[in-house]
Amino acid sequence: MKPRSGLPYLIVSLAIVWVLVTASTSSDELLIGGLAVAIVALAVRNLWGVFAGIRFTPRAIVSAIAYFFIFLRELVKANLDVASRVLRPSLPIRPGIVEVRTGMRSSLGKLMLANSITLTPGTLTLDVRDDRMFIHWIDVQGQDADAATKAIVSGFENTLKEVME
Amino acid sequence: MTIAGNVLVLLGSAFLVLGGLGLLRMPDVYNRLQAGTKATTLGAMSVLLGSAFLAPGLATKAVLVIVFIALANPISSSTIARSAYKAGIPLAPVSVRDDLKSKEAAE
Repeated sequence: MKPRSGLPYLIVSLAIVWVLVTASTSSDELLIGGLAVAIVALAVRNLWGVFAGIRFTPRAIVSAIAYFFIFLRELVKANLDVASRVLRPSLPIRPGIVEVRTGMRSSLGKLMLANSITLTPGTLTLDVRDDRMFIHWIDVQGQDADAATKAIVSGFENTLKEVME
Repeated sequence: MTIAGNVLVLLGSAFLVLGGLGLLRMPDVYNRLQAGTKATTLGAMSVLLGSAFLAPGLATKAVLVIVFIALANPISSSTIARSAYKAGIPLAPVSVRDDLKSKEAAE
């Protein structure tokens, strides 16, 4: 179940968003929605391939749900972490930019990973180059790329790989 | 419902305040983005979810906005951080490492 073009996924997601925004299934709304979906899909036609990596096997869907909860937990942890640093008078930070490796190959996979890293404790994605990501880390630990990769990337990556690629 | 909604709105506001404090206290643009991004994402999500509890008619739209914020916020922060780096804004003196420096110099 992996079409070469990502177009079907794009159309389905756009249609869902339209129906949710208008909260109506009257034929007028659906007609305009169809037009809007077609225009948007044409406007981004060079990007269709980006959506092709997503999988829809039961295993992938379970992983996607698991991913959502891991993400939410990390986001809350990130906020408590920042809050505790900001509130302490000594402002305990040890920032730096570290290089990590990623095993995600598709653009969408890298985007999801980069976004997740940005929203989790103490890390902000600065740049992505091929299989390397450069991350601003608020509390640098360890000395080399391997240690940083393990600490920052691995947790998300294993779950993400089940969802796509 | 009302209590849950109010608690969520209050929690969200608290995170937003802490994020603002982070913006003031952090030493450089990169650390400020860290504090700002995480706090505004969770803060806005929590406030929106709270509003959805308080006004159930708006729930679907609130959830949609939450999804868009979750997608757009980190992208914009990464882009700002990257542009700042490319524009030559230095890391705060307290910083301990910069792996990107040698890569940029090689280009």
